[in-house]
Amino acid sequence: MLKELNKNKMMFLMLLPTLIFFLINSYFPMVGIYYAFTRYDFEGGLFGSPFVGLENFKFLWQSGMLLKLTTNTVGYNLAFIILGNGLAIFCAIMLSEIRGKVFKKVTQSVMFLPYFISFVLLSVIAYNMFNYESGFVNTVLKRFEAGPVDIYNTPWIWVFLIIIFYLWKNLGYSMVIYLAAITGISDEYYEAARIDGANIFQRIWYITVPMLKPTFVILLLFSLGSIMKGQFDLFYQLIGNNGVLYNATDIIDTYVYRSLKVTFDIGMATAAGLYQSLFGFILIMTVNYIIRKVNEDYALF
Amino acid sequence: MHTRARDSEFTMLFQVIAYTFILFLSIICLVPFLLILSGSFSSNESIVRDGYHLFPTDFSLEGYKMVFKFPTQVLKAYGVTVFTTVVGTALGLFFITMAGFVLQRKDFKYRNTFSFFIYFTTLFGGGLVPWYIMLANYFNLTDTYTVLIFPGLMTPFLIILMKNFIRSAVPDELIEFAKIDGANDFRIYFSVVLNLAMPGIATVGLFLALGYWNDWFTSSLFINNPDMYQLQFYLYNTMNTITFIDQMAIGTGITLSQDVPTESTKMAMAIIVTGPILFLYPFVQRYFVRGLTIGAVKG
Repeated sequence: MLKELNKNKMMFLMLLPTLIFFLINSYFPMVGIYYAFTRYDFEGGLFGSPFVGLENFKFLWQSGMLLKLTTNTVGYNLAFIILGNGLAIFCAIMLSEIRGKVFKKVTQSVMFLPYFISFVLLSVIAYNMFNYESGFVNTVLKRFEAGPVDIYNTPWIWVFLIIIFYLWKNLGYSMVIYLAAITGISDEYYEAARIDGANIFQRIWYITVPMLKPTFVILLLFSLGSIMKGQFDLFYQLIGNNGVLYNATDIIDTYVYRSLKVTFDIGMATAAGLYQSLFGFILIMTVNYIIRKVNEDYALF
Repeated sequence: MHTRARDSEFTMLFQVIAYTFILFLSIICLVPFLLILSGSFSSNESIVRDGYHLFPTDFSLEGYKMVFKFPTQVLKAYGVTVFTTVVGTALGLFFITMAGFVLQRKDFKYRNTFSFFIYFTTLFGGGLVPWYIMLANYFNLTDTYTVLIFPGLMTPFLIILMKNFIRSAVPDELIEFAKIDGANDFRIYFSVVLNLAMPGIATVGLFLALGYWNDWFTSSLFINNPDMYQLQFYLYNTMNTITFIDQMAIGTGITLSQDVPTESTKMAMAIIVTGPILFLYPFVQRYFVRGLTIGAVKG
């Protein structure tokens, strides 16, 4: 190591800022996992707080919180992954076959636009559309004498709204990746199929769709790895501290954030965070192990 | 002959479906922006009375006038965001490109060890709370510019993207040649790699800049001083409280009457905060697409 260090001094030096960054930003905080096993008090700090063993976890489990947060987090993420990829593949195929160059360019840009805006603006959009007094949806409903509906107090609607907003914001991004994969498919396949008399639907079904499988699998694996991490910004900006909606919309990330900012429940919040990290870690390892068995090329590491 | 005619019919049908569907989705992507724009140009009374519309029913600039009546707060938030975006993006790019360059060098023995050191942080972490307590209590970063910049400097994803990009853009032989000419590693990085990796740098830079510009989370955790709020957090506050009006009133000694145009002001604020992105979007979008394309194909 020392010899190597001496030989490649400059390269080590160039890597140093990055190593320090991850040390401070990611590795040091791992020590703080200890909070999960304490009843945190501000006087005591890291090792001065009383040790309580697994009490925080026990409480989270007995309150039913852990179960609810897990089902919500995993449920939403599965919906995001399945619907998100499905829609992106569908749109990418449509867009790739469209002939009008200008139309193609403009619509692709427009669909990519929501990816660039902040989640705060997303919350402004939601407010503009769904608030009780002046929301756009209620304005329209009132015109048909069907409203107004108190959407911000109706939990089940938000299950759909969150998914729709997710799709709305991310469609353009994942579509670009699939479009890139489609562009990479050799024209010869399509030519051959055309000569064999395959129509456009058959060409898509028997060539494009199978050829997208590697891209799909890679994206799927990446998203499975972070299935316990929610889209914190999305949920928090749409729901905020609206307690009425928690049952349908609370995920681990929002729970942890609130525990830190609102209720100051340090021990509990750390416990929930640790559970999230461990659960996710075990999940990735399992998935990766299975993939490795099935097809080594697709394994993450 | 028969199949050929059928084929063109199918193609026709497909084109109709595709055009309709894509057009429909594009409109859905665009409408929310139109709603905000329309709201920002409507008078507050018309919004309170009739609600938000696709097009302003009662055109008015009072929302914008309201925001710029006491411009100090907005301008300060703009200043903070522009500063952190520029400094954060520049620093982040510098570190990420150097790391990407080193990690893709085949003659760097520990490249896999260090790559895993970086990648591991996506698998397992301490979580939000230990991270927050460490930065706030042990590094004392509350109410500093450092905390607004530091956490966003890099992500494992961006480093991997850059590593792949440099590997595909810079041939190993070129680095060998430069070495024989007596250039050291930093020299090679600075005068050879940076030039060849421009599209990758543009992409990663855009990711970084977007992250900084859209950040509200760091302010919400670490910043108590309103003068240091990021732009997005300022908008967030505007949306959630009307305290900003009180603050402006306190700051200027003017008490505001009841008919403050809050609804249209909120929308005007949203437009002002998002403006630069909407304005720059047509120019930066194609870099994003190009960079993502290369990064995605390489994995």
